[in-house]
Amino acid sequence: MTVILSQSFTGVSIGAVLLLIALGLSLTFGQMGVINMAHGEFIMAGAYTVYVVQQSVEAPGTSLLLALPVAFLVAGAMGVLLEWLLIRRLYTRPLDTLLVTWGVSLMLQQLARDIFGAPNVHTRAPSWLSGRITLIGGEHPLTLAHSRLFILALALAAVLALTLTLRLTSLGRRMRAVVQHRELAEASGIATGQVDRITFFIGSGLAGLAGVALTLVGPIGPTMGTNIIIDAFLVIVVGGIGQLRGAVIAAFALGVLQAVMEYSTTVSLARVVVLVAIVAFLQWRPQGIYTLRTRSLA
Amino acid sequence: MPPIARVRHLAAIAVASVTALALTACGARTGEETENAAATVDTSGDTIKVGLLNSLSGTMAISEVTVRDALLLAIEEINADGGVLGKQIEPISEDGASDWPTFAEKSEKLIQQDQVAAVFGCWTSASRKAVLPVFEQNGSLLFYPVQYEGLEQSPNIFYTGATTNQQIVPALDYLVEQGVESLYLVGSDYVFPRTANRIIRAYAEEHGIEISGEDYAPLGSTEFSTIANKVERSGADAVFNTLNGDSNVSFFSEYAATGLTAETMPVLSVSIAEEEVNSIGAENLAGQLTSWNYYQTTEGAANEAFVAAYQERYGADRPTSDPMEAAYTSVHLWAAMVEEAGSFEVADVRAAADGITFEAPEGTVTVDGETQHIFKTNRIGEIGADGLITEVWSSEEPIRPDPYLREYDWAEGLS
Repeated sequence: MTVILSQSFTGVSIGAVLLLIALGLSLTFGQMGVINMAHGEFIMAGAYTVYVVQQSVEAPGTSLLLALPVAFLVAGAMGVLLEWLLIRRLYTRPLDTLLVTWGVSLMLQQLARDIFGAPNVHTRAPSWLSGRITLIGGEHPLTLAHSRLFILALALAAVLALTLTLRLTSLGRRMRAVVQHRELAEASGIATGQVDRITFFIGSGLAGLAGVALTLVGPIGPTMGTNIIIDAFLVIVVGGIGQLRGAVIAAFALGVLQAVMEYSTTVSLARVVVLVAIVAFLQWRPQGIYTLRTRSLA
Repeated sequence: MPPIARVRHLAAIAVASVTALALTACGARTGEETENAAATVDTSGDTIKVGLLNSLSGTMAISEVTVRDALLLAIEEINADGGVLGKQIEPISEDGASDWPTFAEKSEKLIQQDQVAAVFGCWTSASRKAVLPVFEQNGSLLFYPVQYEGLEQSPNIFYTGATTNQQIVPALDYLVEQGVESLYLVGSDYVFPRTANRIIRAYAEEHGIEISGEDYAPLGSTEFSTIANKVERSGADAVFNTLNGDSNVSFFSEYAATGLTAETMPVLSVSIAEEEVNSIGAENLAGQLTSWNYYQTTEGAANEAFVAAYQERYGADRPTSDPMEAAYTSVHLWAAMVEEAGSFEVADVRAAADGITFEAPEGTVTVDGETQHIFKTNRIGEIGADGLITEVWSSEEPIRPDPYLREYDWAEGLS
């Protein structure tokens, strides 16, 4: 019994990482039709932010919490810069954004290599994240690692904040208006260019947060973004493009499927099963979990 | 673009990229057609060129950069001593980028374009297997400094790291001696862990050890929560760890997060040394075991000099490790072979190799001309809270290399 519970939690924790990464991608991909291949490098920028902050702030706990807003700003600023320099010229050509942002992603990887060196770097995790909670004792106790709970909480907080922003604030209303009908929104006096930039800022900033979370899971390196961006694309394609609800469900479903398959078979086989399941699912429902009828967010 | 069309586009792009990747991999395999040709060594100048081939980027860089640094140190020492056959050694360093086709490509460049006298490097067995045909077809020499799974012997490679009977078999003997009756095998998904675990299974069958489970994670993987859960539930007495590179960071932090410690279930690793211990964090590793031929703490004047020289060159906080020591030793062995042969030509160097000795930091090592491996002492170490590894057991005598495990009955049918 505890096997199922503990594997489900493992799946949820894998899903939380996927969700954090897919969230920002979903916003820029779904809302703006931009396939941003450099999203992975924004994640990397967020992770390196923790490393940089730790150079000046010794206490690992303080530096981690401090790195959260800083990483959001750094990755967000990089996103805005990318949008302003390149992407806004390509809004009508989504496939070109793929090529351009892929080039940018390679440049950013090399930049990281030049600044931080080619070998991966590591950060110190704060002591309050190295413990674990025991839910069920006994011979095979069900325990939850603090670091995983922290990532889960961060992912849920990001989803909540994003949903509330889109639903309740005037900025959110403007963002949704631009998505639903750009021309009409512009005619109604909404500065669509500015809204695009803010959307890109938030989407890229979320990648920065994901990067901070990833430092608790593994090492930080120039190619860490590319390793994980494929999974994030899978999440948003399965979830239904631009659908936050779909992304949430898909992230956790894929995480749990991966964890359960890994437990009963092997890591490589689980990977194959997950990919086959995704292909089969998209045959049956090419539009993903949620239908994109109105192109509405949230 | 409607969403369905967009999904199709994405799928098409994915297919295209995978095809492109497959094509690159194939392209790298087409080597030169000059079979068993003698390598052209450029001996015209005042210097003699040698190639250094290590991953300076990617997931293996954490380990391989230190090997490159140790190779450079040995070259500087030999140069300060007057060089080899009166020529100064000129190292040409190439980045294998943790990518096997790149290794093959760069080794071909070093041999054909730079006409080096020998190449030092490679870490993973996959990279060695990728460059092996290049060295054999060009008749050139590779000095390989890392412990590996054995079952290989190429006339074009000198193996200065341990083969299985100098590292894995003594480690298993040690675990049996400690009363271990069941083992869980965790490794990276490529040639070394898979072969090592086949050997461990054969050994286990002979010695009545139960294998509670066997799991592989892709090289560079950072997701280990499921594997840690499986290990925890298996109730095995110990874990035999053949993970490579950065994956160890995630594995050990997840292992500790599951509540497992060196007391409840010790992990014996054969691929993490002092340099990796520092990156993983000694707090997650204290008390865990390793099996190597050398530690920074190994006693002896040669090692004191080596550690002092290395730290003077690269910084007092830089530890030395087994593969670095084997790399450092490999350059000195090559130099001794060349001096003995009186020539840089590969055939002459090979002919002079048998019985060449060197006072290495790990103790006196001797080249076995038949297998082109060297005699090495095995040492089981325990990782301390300070990140250093101390010897808890040693084979006392250097062990004769036996890459095909011919001396062991249980290993029959493995090769």
